[in-house]
Amino acid sequence: MRYLICVLFAAALVLPWRVAAQDTTSASNGLEELYWQRQEEARSRYVQAEVDFMTGMISHHAQALVMSAHAEPNGASPAVRVLAARIINAQKDEIDLMQTWLADRGEAVPVVHAGGHMPGHGHAHMPGMLSQAQLKELEMARGAEFDRLFLTYMIQHHQGAVTMVRELFRHDGVGRDEEAFKLASAIHVDQITEIERMELMLGQ
Amino acid sequence: MNTLSRILSAVLLLLMVVLGACAPRPLAEQEEPMAMDDGAMMDEPMEEAEAPMAAEVMAEPEMAADPRVGLGAGLFDAEEAIWNLNLVSATRPPEAFVGVTNSDLAFKDNYAIQGNYNGIVVWDVTDPASPSLVTEYVCPASQSDVSVYGDLMFVSGEGMGGRLDCGSEGVQERVSHDRLRGIRIFDISDIENPDYVANVQTCRGSHTHSVLKHPDDDENVYVYVSGSAPVRPAEELPGCSGLAPDEDPNSALFRIEVIQVPLDDPASAAIASSPRIFEGLTAPPRHGQAPADLAAIEEAKAAGAFTVNFVGQEIVLPDGYVAQMLASYLEEQGKEGPATAADSAAFREALPDIFAEAMGAMIGSVDQENAGPTPCHDITLYPEIGLAGGACEGYGLLLDISDPLNPQRIDAVADSNFAYWHSATFNNDGSKILFTDEWGGGGAPKCRASDPYEWGANAIFTLQDGKMEFKSYYKLPAAQTPQENCVAHNGSLIPVPDRDIFVQSWYQGGISISDWTDASNPVEIAYHDRGPVDAETMRMGGSWSVYWYNGLIVSSEIARGLDIFELVPSEYLTENEIAAANTVQLDYLNAQGQPTYVWPHTFALAHAYVDQLERAGDLSAESIERVRGTLTNAESAADADSMEELRSMGSTFMEGANDKLRKLAEVMTALAG
Repeated sequence: MRYLICVLFAAALVLPWRVAAQDTTSASNGLEELYWQRQEEARSRYVQAEVDFMTGMISHHAQALVMSAHAEPNGASPAVRVLAARIINAQKDEIDLMQTWLADRGEAVPVVHAGGHMPGHGHAHMPGMLSQAQLKELEMARGAEFDRLFLTYMIQHHQGAVTMVRELFRHDGVGRDEEAFKLASAIHVDQITEIERMELMLGQ
Repeated sequence: MNTLSRILSAVLLLLMVVLGACAPRPLAEQEEPMAMDDGAMMDEPMEEAEAPMAAEVMAEPEMAADPRVGLGAGLFDAEEAIWNLNLVSATRPPEAFVGVTNSDLAFKDNYAIQGNYNGIVVWDVTDPASPSLVTEYVCPASQSDVSVYGDLMFVSGEGMGGRLDCGSEGVQERVSHDRLRGIRIFDISDIENPDYVANVQTCRGSHTHSVLKHPDDDENVYVYVSGSAPVRPAEELPGCSGLAPDEDPNSALFRIEVIQVPLDDPASAAIASSPRIFEGLTAPPRHGQAPADLAAIEEAKAAGAFTVNFVGQEIVLPDGYVAQMLASYLEEQGKEGPATAADSAAFREALPDIFAEAMGAMIGSVDQENAGPTPCHDITLYPEIGLAGGACEGYGLLLDISDPLNPQRIDAVADSNFAYWHSATFNNDGSKILFTDEWGGGGAPKCRASDPYEWGANAIFTLQDGKMEFKSYYKLPAAQTPQENCVAHNGSLIPVPDRDIFVQSWYQGGISISDWTDASNPVEIAYHDRGPVDAETMRMGGSWSVYWYNGLIVSSEIARGLDIFELVPSEYLTENEIAAANTVQLDYLNAQGQPTYVWPHTFALAHAYVDQLERAGDLSAESIERVRGTLTNAESAADADSMEELRSMGSTFMEGANDKLRKLAEVMTALAG
């Protein structure tokens, strides 16, 4: 497996645990209890940089959804529609996972507004985010021009996400939360792969 | 609008149509994009917005027929569905490892060695109904991908928390000399007490690795290392650079690492080369057309359609574009009015050049310098045929590995349906290769009824003269819930003689056994599935790897432990075919270092061939009965007369034109002594 986005397991701790002794009804209940206890424990090893990353990436992804939703009404080519459908499918799932990650840790789960920004926060400074003008331009574009703009802007957008992952790993303590490590690595590798594909499409 | 730009735009549209032709069929059934028009608010968490999907999936009437749909959830008590398999045992993880991800498997003698993010667990599977725990070795690192050779065991470390001292406290600092990202090497001559003999640190860590035992080199093994995590800082491991190769020729990107391990001194193992097998990989060939598409092209040509060569493939130009291009062409020639037959003929002749020019103009305008994958996910080595299959991000590669330190890329394929090329498996005679697409990375539910069949699937290719030719897709044919992470994952061949049978993990989709003997028409022949780990929320679980090893089908269950299965005869697989498969005995197995299966000459093999002749209708019912009688008699009587009869029947078959009959004859002759 490449990465476990939703994995709840930590590589790090072998915790002291009170074995099934407490639970005399059955050994299997004890093991199951231990299983969920480990899952819980695995969620206590994160740092603030990871919370900020998840929070930011949710709205970053949300903008990709907004961009992709234009493909159909704006007359994108079948290839770009497929790409947009894939981006919607993948990033919706990842937003879901990031929201679960935050909720599991008792952190605030961002409410996502259309347009990819959150109340009280300006996220235009996040790498790769489209400006309002660029979004408007994309929204107005049709057909082949939409395809070209979509690919160009989505490459920019994805490159921003890659930068965000690289910045995340510059913080101490990042990646001890196995789930955050996997999620960030996943975004890193997926978006690089998709950038390659989009560059080819743009080339063709 | 000038002529060239009209042609260009026509070509662009055309290309989009061509690319779109690769679009998965159920596009219309895609999940609807979330309503996020400007100004609209989406205040509810998205997971809730998805909730109705579950109901839709379950309500699909055609899916309801599959027993895998609707299984009840549970960690150790989920409902199960099983078909043409027998679950021999389901063993829970040892306490030190429960709640932590179980990962890949390797086999040695009667041992199954199971990776876990907390270390390594060794099971003795001599009694498959009751595997016994032999070793619990705590040494945390993700993903703990594991391989063996001789007395050596290799373990991958990629995550940030892996420590050189195997400590469980993790590593807090961004830069630390306590961190292990790379390969750990153990001496397991005493398997109950692995001896940690060496580390080889790499810039991107080791997500997976593959061990190459070259047939002509008995002094070394080679470990091909693939790492997909970000490059570590040079302060932590000198020489590591994450810059693009044009900024730093020593970039750790765009390469794999090859570790040479001297067998008489494994502690001196070191990186011996860093082949840049992705060089120049910018514009990949796409998979070829299906036979039905090719037939359609021939038909269209016969009806007068215009075709062009696009990226090595002949494609039919849609009428609308032909009209547009023809009009541009005529305009350029200074002609007006409707095209005459002569105009049309001249246009047909000029078309290849017009098209090539337009293509060149468009491709030339884009800088593709940095396109192409930067690592592989996994490389499957098949030393006996000198080839490896590299599953490398956006590409499937075919590598010549006759020189272990300098693998050479000989072919590459890409596919717009494939999100992430994950792993490869050859068939036994090396005439086919199967790639998997780990769309969504394994942590996402990608087998929902709304997910396209071609996405997150296997792609099957035939292999001829170093070229791969696409034939078909195969995806788990039972829809899973949004609570189950599911996509194509690891598997291995089951050595049923003369057939390509693959047992494969689909995470919480369970395991699926497929027959791809007919590369264009893979079919499922057996499965096992459990309900989700948790009924409400997607929690990680399911089969990470499942491999055939000496008659057992062993699955590493991420959350639940170790499952062992046996095949059950069915209309797809006879008892004799299973018995013949089980005559293949291996001393060890790393699924990513693929062995050649060789069948000893046994009565089981002979009977399996007879069953296959019967299935193919190549022998009359009378002949089948006679051959079976002769075999049974020879096996039970084992006297001179019955052996003579066997020999004589064998020599008759030897002269026939039927390959299978000749194979049967060889076995008969050998058995007759």
